[in-house]
Amino acid sequence: MMPKPPLIGRRAALATAAAATLVAPGVWSWPLPARAQQATQGAVIDITRARTDPIPIAVPDFAGTSPEAQRLGRDIAQVILNNLRNSGLFRPVERAAYIQTAEAAAQAPRFQDWRVIGAQALTTGRAEVGGDRIRVEFRLWDVLPEQQIQGTAFTAPIGNWRRIAHLISDVIYERLLGEKGYFDTRVCYVAESGPRGRRTRRLAIMDQDGENHRFLTDGSFAALTPRFHPNAQQIAFMSYFQNQPRVYLFNLDTGRQEVLGNFPGMTLSPRFSPDGRSVILSATRGNDANIFVVDLATRRERQLTSGGGLDVSPCFSPDGTQVVFNSDRGGDQQLYVMSADGGNVRRISFGRGRYATPVWSPRGDLIAFTRIANGQFAIGVMRPDGSGERILTEGWGMEGPTFAPNGRVMMYFRESPARDARGGGYSSRLASIDIAGFNERQIMTPTDASDPAWSPLLS
Amino acid sequence: MMNTKLLGAFAAVALLAACESSSDQTAAATGTGAASTLGNGAAPRPGSQEDLVANVGDRVFFATDRSNIAPDQRPVLERQAAWLQRYPQVTVQIEGHADERGTREYNLALGQRRANSARDVLVANGVAGSRISTISYGKDRPAALGSNEEAWAQNRRAVTVVR
Repeated sequence: MMPKPPLIGRRAALATAAAATLVAPGVWSWPLPARAQQATQGAVIDITRARTDPIPIAVPDFAGTSPEAQRLGRDIAQVILNNLRNSGLFRPVERAAYIQTAEAAAQAPRFQDWRVIGAQALTTGRAEVGGDRIRVEFRLWDVLPEQQIQGTAFTAPIGNWRRIAHLISDVIYERLLGEKGYFDTRVCYVAESGPRGRRTRRLAIMDQDGENHRFLTDGSFAALTPRFHPNAQQIAFMSYFQNQPRVYLFNLDTGRQEVLGNFPGMTLSPRFSPDGRSVILSATRGNDANIFVVDLATRRERQLTSGGGLDVSPCFSPDGTQVVFNSDRGGDQQLYVMSADGGNVRRISFGRGRYATPVWSPRGDLIAFTRIANGQFAIGVMRPDGSGERILTEGWGMEGPTFAPNGRVMMYFRESPARDARGGGYSSRLASIDIAGFNERQIMTPTDASDPAWSPLLS
Repeated sequence: MMNTKLLGAFAAVALLAACESSSDQTAAATGTGAASTLGNGAAPRPGSQEDLVANVGDRVFFATDRSNIAPDQRPVLERQAAWLQRYPQVTVQIEGHADERGTREYNLALGQRRANSARDVLVANGVAGSRISTISYGKDRPAALGSNEEAWAQNRRAVTVVR
């Protein structure tokens, strides 16, 4: 067997006895004392190699101090396992190959047992239930140098056990890959049902892994294109309430909906500014659609573009200084970037076909888009100056990319064509893909789905 | 739990189908229903949607990505204008639509521009602008449900609906 380098390079002592930290509503965490030589900070995994070389990791069930805690421990390990596998950057070691029992590993890992089955990383944990609360201890181990990389305890109401599993997944991701994870997030999307010509379109929200699914609107009016506020508690979307297509705000805490702005015509394609203080959107007037910014405190509108075509789908750069949008001002749909005050407009898409639905990566380095060319739809990325265009996936119909908060994964929706004149065979489903163009996966939803919006990290 | 949610969704669909009448479904229904009605010697009520569909034409079609009224579509709108002048109490909404070969947001704006183009022709032919409202459904309410050129041509449309 080839000697492998340790997952974590540098070694240092972790400051112990740190105060508990509130990591999410109702979820507290604090570091655990190290059980072995401990390493900190500075993951050395090169994420570019992950495409061909996902990290082999073992995630045995978390032990439990009671039957209920054992069940929760199993479920937590399963959620973590699914998260890591679905990222495409980890390869869970076949559980049937495990030698050491979960209970024993939670006491003290016997590293040779994990090394021999090919695991480079190992997580162990223990769940404890007291009253209506759950406490979960979690440790991440680097198997080859036999080091503890991380030890953290979480407590939360039992009902929040999934949040704990997602938070642990994010810790594993960040410690081993050196960049933030995206598991403690939600996805808002448009749930579609009914016949093709008269579909019911409702806002729905779920955890990024499809759990905790619920509908936000009742289907009495069509709801389209939801987008998250940076605080993840508010959604801007387009609603046909009372047959007046307008941009609305939806408060996830209160369920309250309110129309945004006082525009004479249709408003569409909203997105929050990165500071959360305003919404950028498109408003139609006469034969044009122009881009406006609405200040959420004063509700004052500021017009950024005027005349000369349909300007839609605006999106701020993460630093808030620039806006990318979609316009047919030059004849067909292309992407343009302008300053946040509306000045210095320049076209950035010059490839073959039409370009639409631009969205700026949270990292700032890429703009994702939909391209329509030769009767095919594609999702791609380019740099903000238009260089380096790369198509990630292509098909009969797909659009609407949305970035995970770390900018590493995108979600979008993919349609398949009708086979007959009654619309049979048509479908619309959510999918995700790594921005390197691999690990394309369908995201399961109870009904057909479109317009996914990936939330920021919830904590 | 999931079953309850799905039932909720289906109930909503049924409710929607029951209380809302789509212009396209109305048009289609009267298209087939008209034969029996007319067979009995009855004509559509003057000034009604059925009258518009049967005797005037309720819709115009557009080329891909275009929103201008082509010369061969103009007579339909001119007939609609004359019909609206005959029934001055009638108000209409023009629904703009697009085919499925575009992105949702752009198609919403495109559908609005198509509805406006149709409206402009009615106004130029003497119909008061106050009698006409417009709305866009983008690509989200196709009239033809296939995924082929013929269906797309039928879906790039502006439909005049009596309110």
